[in-house]
Amino acid sequence: MMNPKTQNKVAIGSLYGIAGLVVLILMALLGYILVSGVPQLSWHFLTAPAKAFLEGGGVGVQLYNSFYLLILAMLISFPIALGAAIYLYEYAKDNWVTTTIRTAIEILSSLPSVVVGLFGFLFFVVRLNLGFSILSGAFALTFFNLPLLTRSIEDSLRTIDTTQREGGLALGLSRWETITRVILPAAVPSILTGVILSAGRVFGEAAALIYTAGQSAPALDFTDWNPFNISSPLNPMRPAETLAVHIWKINSEGIMPDAKAISSGSSAVLVLAILLFNFAARYLGKRLYKRLTSA
Amino acid sequence: MSKEILTTQDLHLYYGDKEALKGINLNFDAKGITALIGPSGCGKSTYLRTLNRMNDLIPNVTITGTIKFKGENLYAPSADTVQIRKEIGMVFQQPNPFPFSIYDNVIYGLRIAGEKDKEKLDAVVEKSLRQAAVWDEVKDHLHESALALSGGQQQRVCIARVLAVSPEIILLDEPTSALDPVSSSQIETTLLNLRHDYTIITVTHNLQQASRIADRTAFFMNGELVEVDQTKNIFMNPAEKQTEDYISGRFG
Ligand SMILES: Nc1ncnc2c1ncn2[C@@H]1O[C@H](COP(=O)(O)OP(=O)(O)OP(=O)(O)O)[C@@H](O)[C@H]1O
Ligand SMILES: [Mg+2]
Repeated sequence: MMNPKTQNKVAIGSLYGIAGLVVLILMALLGYILVSGVPQLSWHFLTAPAKAFLEGGGVGVQLYNSFYLLILAMLISFPIALGAAIYLYEYAKDNWVTTTIRTAIEILSSLPSVVVGLFGFLFFVVRLNLGFSILSGAFALTFFNLPLLTRSIEDSLRTIDTTQREGGLALGLSRWETITRVILPAAVPSILTGVILSAGRVFGEAAALIYTAGQSAPALDFTDWNPFNISSPLNPMRPAETLAVHIWKINSEGIMPDAKAISSGSSAVLVLAILLFNFAARYLGKRLYKRLTSA
Repeated sequence: MSKEILTTQDLHLYYGDKEALKGINLNFDAKGITALIGPSGCGKSTYLRTLNRMNDLIPNVTITGTIKFKGENLYAPSADTVQIRKEIGMVFQQPNPFPFSIYDNVIYGLRIAGEKDKEKLDAVVEKSLRQAAVWDEVKDHLHESALALSGGQQQRVCIARVLAVSPEIILLDEPTSALDPVSSSQIETTLLNLRHDYTIITVTHNLQQASRIADRTAFFMNGELVEVDQTKNIFMNPAEKQTEDYISGRFG
């Protein structure tokens, strides 16, 4: 039998080992993607449209589509998630209705995104006749994102102490005023962090989009901002392949001669964007918290 | 007695089917400090929180009996809890300033009520902080976060925050038990300054504190009011044996 001290050392040692291994695998993965991808990056690559058969295509349209879809999906899902989280955490009593809602959210958040994508295809694309479009994609992403975001906002509300709620109410604020004027402002840094992190997940999502936003990226005319024109970047009814879908597509059926290079470059862009989201989330969350709590 | 501002008659409160208050009859005259004392779990906080309807927030609470504030039934169906809590303010055991500036903390209630006049708000901030005896310490950092203050300063800012909405009654639940002795005595001074203008009801575990600041003291035990009287009578010459035992430290 080992004595407790040795036991402790062995346990800590193996935990460090496991943690180190995870970090190592992650670094290797990131390193590989960045080392093979970053050399492909250029202003041309980031802005030029893709080419189907020839060398020298870029990912400009896909990159733009990814951001546009992300913003639309967030515009739809954030207000709903915020409302749902406020209802669930601040108002709902513990009864079978809320238990059902919570269970539904749990299940939704663990649905594989392919399933969400296929549902989006059957419902939005076919049934509602929205076609392969930004809008179908944004709705599918909303389904994907809503449960995650609701939970993360609910967690943010949970971090605000009950004494704050009592403080607001005891001042003669109504329940709603207490929530909107005391609790939400106090929770903003943590809600924002949650939103940005979920943006990262949405940004990298491919499976939910393949059959909803589609796999083609018609050329865009960046001088035409009338959303009713088919080549306008703002048109929500056009098909819109995103960066993540592009990577998947090139690797499964890309026939341009520089497919490998484009795929590596796109992966690097995707990874860099997601890293950026994560760092931005930390930085902004901390900054905002400091702003709110000091000076 | 016509100057009674708050009256409770035969007040029972149940958490589920556990009876926490067993028929309390207790009235408060306008102005002055009343201390509520008694062993842990005897229902002091529960009683205090019925007075501004903070118990409404807890599920499964049943309340019977009558509480009247200036003759109006606090629990009447038409009673407006928001209005009640403006007139009957509350300070908690743990200082709970909002994570905003000192200035914003103090004027929060007023600003949400729609007051925009900058001069008026400035005046209220200064007056309330002075009344709470914390003005000199914070006047140069009004726009810094209230969370950067010491616990005692935070608690006095919380008192100022309540004063700013001009309540008639201030309820305090062990306002000094989370504070060091120096901060505690500053809070006591603050309360003594306020007793001429407000009706103050404070829960305390500190018997010396009760004897130092309270005009009247009420002794609770097991959900019942054992005795209420002038503070010096309670401490020097209690009518009930239980009170005497508690005061002399035989239990509790
Ligand atoms: N939310 C609640 N649900 C159920 N029972 C409660 C609740 N709050 C208090 N009680 C019970 O009611 C009784 C009175 O509690 P209360 O908090 O009023 O006592 P107290 O006199 O303030 O005690 P302390 O001096 O420890 O603060 C206790 O037995 C307590 O366990
Ligand atoms: Mg208590």
